[in-house]
Amino acid sequence: MARVIGAVVVDKEECKGCSVCVEACPHDVLALHFEVNSKGYHYSYMKSPEACVGCANCGVVCPDTCITVYRTKAS
Amino acid sequence: MELKEVTKTEGTMDIQDILKPENLVYQKTKLLTDTPMHYCPGCSHGVVHKILAELIDEMGIQERSIGVAPVGCAVFAYNYIDIDWQEAAHGRAPAVATGISRVNPDAFVFTYQGDGDLASIGAAEIMHACNRGENILVVFINNGIYGMTGGQMAPTTLEGMVTATTPYGRNTDLNGYPMRITNLIAQLPGTSYVTRQAVHTAGGVRKCKRALKKAIQNVLDKKGTSFVEVVSTCNSGWKMSPVASNKWMEENMIPYYPLGDMKDSVKGEHSEN
Ligand SMILES: Cc1ncc(C[n+]2csc(CCOP(=O)(O)OP(=O)(O)O)c2C)c(N)n1
Ligand code: SF4
Ligand code: SF4
Ligand code: SF4
Ligand SMILES: [Mg+2]
Repeated sequence: MARVIGAVVVDKEECKGCSVCVEACPHDVLALHFEVNSKGYHYSYMKSPEACVGCANCGVVCPDTCITVYRTKAS
Repeated sequence: MELKEVTKTEGTMDIQDILKPENLVYQKTKLLTDTPMHYCPGCSHGVVHKILAELIDEMGIQERSIGVAPVGCAVFAYNYIDIDWQEAAHGRAPAVATGISRVNPDAFVFTYQGDGDLASIGAAEIMHACNRGENILVVFINNGIYGMTGGQMAPTTLEGMVTATTPYGRNTDLNGYPMRITNLIAQLPGTSYVTRQAVHTAGGVRKCKRALKKAIQNVLDKKGTSFVEVVSTCNSGWKMSPVASNKWMEENMIPYYPLGDMKDSVKGEHSEN
């Protein structure tokens, strides 16, 4: 049976490391990276990409709109 | 982002196979400019700007939209949403919007105001614009504090809440009571739709967007003043992390400023709430 599968792209230079997306993800996909961007923020990234379902909760809550979300069915 | 191979029990799918245009479900609306927002990390202002921009785009009203920016952290709102804007003096956005809306009756005119701007220095302007039933949308960001000037008490500051001007917490004997100004506004016959929302969760953002959509439609249908309060955070002023601020807001602000519609009616009718 096909199941929903997703992935996100974080614009790491725009990210301010607020962690609101990390908190909003129902599948613990996201985390703040130990590296920082050029502004000095620990940017968000997919720590567990295999768990993403593309629900877009992270994108919706991001105040700086740095997350683009993709969703499809796994074959 | 790390480009790992994604393995599922049902099969293997490379992440590049997911990141295809046909699978796109959420992206930044083109109505938001490329200018990075100056707001502190995690500030509610950015989320509300975003949903307003999305709606103006989705409703196809970019050319008809005129925003009136406040004095407060949102003073630079005009840099972020690609529509026409006018900056108003502190608290006077409803008076400026009145003029703009009256000479452009087919425009979608809205004010965007903080709680200091709207409930303190601009208390008279907002009351009278709403009482006159000006055909505008008011977006009211209630973060319980003067964010921009360094976290002083606002009329909306909760009892006991520590701010720069209430270092021992707001004392109602000295400072009066936190003002539920939206409830007062719902009593005014000039208003058609009055609601209180929040944007600290994905569900809240989606609900707030539906409320704003209805409010914008009311203005397009010339139904009088629509008023959308968004209970918000000011993590810098509150001196908490963004995530802790969202939690604090849920536990402290929302019980005092409960979410939901206060009035959904037509101009000229009194609220029953
Ligand atoms: C006439 C006038 N008085 C005072 C100020 C100083 N001032 C600037 S912003 C502000 C309060 C802003 O608070 P709020 O409206 O709650 O906006 P926030 O920054 O919290 O979003 C004040 C008092 C001013 N700019 N003009
Ligand atoms: S799309 Fe949903 S599941 Fe995927 S990272 Fe964002 S919040 Fe998590
Ligand atoms: S919500 Fe946006 S700005 Fe905040 S950490 Fe996530 S991607 Fe970065
Ligand atoms: S001071 Fe407060 S309201 Fe202003 S940008 Fe920072 S968090 Fe937002
Ligand atoms: Mg404020």
